[in-house]
Amino acid sequence: MEASTEAARLPIRTNRWDRVRGYIGEYGLIAVLLVMPVFYGIQDLSDEGSLAPLGNNIVDGLSNGAIWALVALGYTLVYGIIELINFAHGEVFMIGSLVTAGFFGTLGLTVSTGVGGLILGLSLTLVLAMLASGALNVMIERVAYRPLRSAPKLAPLITAVGFSFILQNVGILWIGGSPEGIPDVIRAQRELFEIGGVSVSRGDVLAVAATIPLVLLLTTFIAQSRLGRAMRATAQDPEAARLMGINVDTTISVTFLLGGIMAGAAGLIYALYQTTIWYFQGFQAGLIAFTAAVMGGIGNLKGAVLGGFIIGIIQQISDNRTEILGPEWTNVVVFTYLVLIMVFRPSGLLGEETREAG
Amino acid sequence: MTKTAPALRRPGMKTDTRTLAVLGAALVVTLWMADQIEMDLFMAFVLWVLIAIRVVLHENRVALIGTLVALAIWAIVLPFFQDSGGGFIEDATQALALTVMALGLNIIVGFAGLLDLGYVAFYALGALTTGWFMSGFFAGAGGGEGFSLLVGEPASNLPGVHFNFLMVLLIAVVVTTIAGMLIGLPTLRLRGDYIAIVTLAFGEIVGRLVINGDTIHLFGEQLTNGRQGITPIDKIDLPFLEPFSGLELRPWYWVALALVGVTLFVNYRLRDSRLGRAWIALREDEVAAASMGVPLVKTKLLAYGTGAAFGGMAGVFLGSYLNTVNADQFQFSFSIFILAMVILGGLGSIEGVMLGAIVLSFINYNLIPDVFNDYPSKVGLDFDLSELSFGIFGFLLVIMMVLRPEGLIPERRRKIELTEGVGAGDTAFGGGETIQEVRA
Repeated sequence: MEASTEAARLPIRTNRWDRVRGYIGEYGLIAVLLVMPVFYGIQDLSDEGSLAPLGNNIVDGLSNGAIWALVALGYTLVYGIIELINFAHGEVFMIGSLVTAGFFGTLGLTVSTGVGGLILGLSLTLVLAMLASGALNVMIERVAYRPLRSAPKLAPLITAVGFSFILQNVGILWIGGSPEGIPDVIRAQRELFEIGGVSVSRGDVLAVAATIPLVLLLTTFIAQSRLGRAMRATAQDPEAARLMGINVDTTISVTFLLGGIMAGAAGLIYALYQTTIWYFQGFQAGLIAFTAAVMGGIGNLKGAVLGGFIIGIIQQISDNRTEILGPEWTNVVVFTYLVLIMVFRPSGLLGEETREAG
Repeated sequence: MTKTAPALRRPGMKTDTRTLAVLGAALVVTLWMADQIEMDLFMAFVLWVLIAIRVVLHENRVALIGTLVALAIWAIVLPFFQDSGGGFIEDATQALALTVMALGLNIIVGFAGLLDLGYVAFYALGALTTGWFMSGFFAGAGGGEGFSLLVGEPASNLPGVHFNFLMVLLIAVVVTTIAGMLIGLPTLRLRGDYIAIVTLAFGEIVGRLVINGDTIHLFGEQLTNGRQGITPIDKIDLPFLEPFSGLELRPWYWVALALVGVTLFVNYRLRDSRLGRAWIALREDEVAAASMGVPLVKTKLLAYGTGAAFGGMAGVFLGSYLNTVNADQFQFSFSIFILAMVILGGLGSIEGVMLGAIVLSFINYNLIPDVFNDYPSKVGLDFDLSELSFGIFGFLLVIMMVLRPEGLIPERRRKIELTEGVGAGDTAFGGGETIQEVRA
């Protein structure tokens, strides 16, 4: 066994177990991911003669997945640059939702607000939620991670967990300990159109339509702007980046800012889509989004988005089925995928081997 | 190592005035705290005297051993000075049980350096073992008549499975050791934060299984009672320590104390053993340890297994003591609660972790709900402090890690490790590597 730990790093696989693991890693993940849709698809076909229920799950899953994708981007950005799991990221997303709900009240957005007012109000809220979450994320980095940058890895992870709890309690102080309903300003569940028995609601369209431009903006920013180049350089080699005149601290702050901004947007979409917020939403969202980031290959932006959509679909299927699985098993399903991926394919679907994966 | 050694040597008697001032302040705090948590003031004073002797004469070996023995005796006779029906003894027993858990987690996180965020899984398994083998949960056992082994009157006539406490303890230790190793297996190839996430996922999976266990049926019996919980649980049944009841808590206290004693003994022996040195080597530098012949797989699995066993032990005790095995006890926040004890006391430091566990459990079960709970409303704020207890622990984690990462009572080696990296120049990234470079 010890030999295999070391042998895995060499290109030549001599050990039989390693070869099996390699195959499982290569194709197993895709196969395992297909198990649930295929199983329930066959069941739908035999029970109802159409794939419409599965289709509905997939549509809902994609819109949920859009939210997880935005949160997962924050994980993957931060991990890519300082190899730290920002454990408090889920809570940053939660704060984004709370800011949204609070600002709804300030602006007086209700179910009866007209289209013009809605667009203006939502844009304002979006900007505010993004700024709040972004600033919060930068603050967390400054207080909890920067002083520990050269300490053993355990240390920043522990402060991250600590901050996650602090923010949850901020949430409790803000809206209390139980889930709170907020006005369904866009009437998210109203059906917009239907294709072959699969209904697409306003919320679904909004979630995907808001996510795609944000992701495109982010990727363009990272690929083309000066700061984006600095980020990539820092991710590759912080020492060399510093020597080349890049302000590493600023670059890391910008990374956290971008991650927070995405989480804030996700918070707004979540609040609009689910119309319920509570202090604990960030914990589950954080773990699901982290699973998404790992599934796509941590450090890889496209992977995070892909992983977000996949995990969204899986979660939705599990949430809506009563046979074998059900909403009470969703967490177990997601975590099982997380463990399987980490063990058999730590590099994810699109990622490179990371140092963590050894 | 040689570089930092002089800094660690205390200048001896020179700090006398400072030490005395601190001790004086400690006396006031100790007496005030003791008063708040309903502890006997005379016993609190004795505790302070023992600590003072130990601090002042810390270089004298005889005084050191003497105070340790005195401390043990102090802990044993403490219940005689207290009201036996609740209050302080109740919280103290809980604190001792949590100490066992914290010491177990300390083996995994403190000794071997594997951050385990799912420690609650072992508490759950231990408590479940109690639920299965010390209650009327399996109502069909023994043809509905019940099945019992080495237990006394009331339990032996009831339906369900009733084993002796010590046997259940043994079963739980075996079960959790195996579970710990199984959970450890997938993390073997991973390092750092990935281990934390995988263990966290396992903790959540076990927690979920307990919650949903009432829908899982094995051999015609459901796995758990879900959120309703398995209750009542048999009282501990041991000779010479009768009776165990909700009104007479002293025997519970002594059993918990004995468990702590066993845990301490095992911890000290392990730390100074070949295995303990292997853990420390692993923690400091995995690659170097492997190349020096430390068997990574065995060492890591043993760390998970031993750590988990103590979680199971404490789980069995708490299951019987709290008289219920309830799914809501096994949440992620509990893992963090135990982790906070280890961090507060000092990663890897046995004395520190013990102190951290006792302090934090008194803060959580006594000071926050009973003493400070209405302070916010006194200054005009509209919330109870008990809602925020985990925010307080989170805050504690951040503060400790940033300001005093080595904990209240640091372990010497760990302190060097943790402080060497911080402020070691501009080497900003990949902490682990930085330290290895400095070391090399």
